[in-house]
Amino acid sequence: MKIEILGMGCPKCRKLTGIVTETVKELGISAEIVKVDQISDIMNYGMMITPALAIDGKVVVAGRIPSKEEIKQWILEKQEK
Amino acid sequence: MITSFADWLVFRILGLSASTLFGSAVHFFVYDTIKIFFLLVTIIFIVSFIRTYFPPERTRAILSHKRTYIGNILAALLGIVTPFCTCSAIPLFLGFIEAGIPLGVTFSFLVSSPMINEVALVMLWGMFGWKIAVIYIFSGLVIAIISGIVIGMLKVETLVETIVHKTPACCAAVPGQTSFRERVDFAKSYTLDILKKIAIYVLIGIGLGAWIHGYVPADFLAQYAGKDKWFAVPLATLIGIPLYSNAAGVIPMVKALVEKGVGLGTALAFMMAVTGLSLPEFLILKKVMKVKLILIFASIVGVGIMFTGYLFNLVIK
Repeated sequence: MKIEILGMGCPKCRKLTGIVTETVKELGISAEIVKVDQISDIMNYGMMITPALAIDGKVVVAGRIPSKEEIKQWILEKQEK
Repeated sequence: MITSFADWLVFRILGLSASTLFGSAVHFFVYDTIKIFFLLVTIIFIVSFIRTYFPPERTRAILSHKRTYIGNILAALLGIVTPFCTCSAIPLFLGFIEAGIPLGVTFSFLVSSPMINEVALVMLWGMFGWKIAVIYIFSGLVIAIISGIVIGMLKVETLVETIVHKTPACCAAVPGQTSFRERVDFAKSYTLDILKKIAIYVLIGIGLGAWIHGYVPADFLAQYAGKDKWFAVPLATLIGIPLYSNAAGVIPMVKALVEKGVGLGTALAFMMAVTGLSLPEFLILKKVMKVKLILIFASIVGVGIMFTGYLFNLVIK
């Protein structure tokens, strides 16, 4: 599983990275956490608002920091598929 | 009601006298703190709830069919309700331009969105009353609309850097439908976030304001920065540019300065410069536009702000 954090290095993006890292650890799954901070890559996702979170190439949330519970749910949904 | 609570706390419980400088400063602090936090919670909650209906994709869709004038007016108005933070300035800017929104219309949005923000409005309303808050919104809109129209007429599209990427920005995957419950949750967490971020500045601002209120003699500043001093407005505008993140703390101090003789137009110009002309935003925008364009943008908005300052120094007695 590949989890991407979209954002150009703002404080919120760093906070989101921390939450995602913790969540992945708590779930005990193996996931690659990637920071996407190049504007051309962010534009490839068509995002206009950051921070955003993409799991396996699909944006699940943008413009706010989700809770751990939400992130867990998204990850589990992906795993079921 | 807040006054009687502040009276009770400061004069009864703390046993301070209303006639001492210290007593009146503490009273001023308690009263303003309660009032401002009450307004902050209410207004930020309402504004962030409304915002859930205007994600940037929607704003872009509304603006993409519009031309100059109508487009500028709409962009300035939508700037109030579309969430904006400096770190999203670039993707937002590029997203707008690539969707075919004219550069001038995009700039109207870029001016109004940070300048007319809920924190500044609450602070103005709480400190100066609703009339000044309305004047602020109206002047902000006019500056945003005119700046955008002027930039549109200058034909400076060549000063925008091109960012090469594969997919067109038209078809963003917007995460599903939002329920009422989710909107309320979003508004709640957003309100808390903002409060946590600005609470300390609000307290410091009100504290300093209370000190100035109690200890600096009335009209002390009139001789240096009264409205008859021509340099007050441009100076206030310049000082405001690097103070972006502290809009919450700046306004209570400005209130106290106005009491001590600073012109109200000068104060308005200062607050608009604090919110509308932000150094960090300019540095970020450098990635997508040439320095020349940023300077043009800053000068036009700066002139607009100074004009507003002079105008209200003349009009408001």
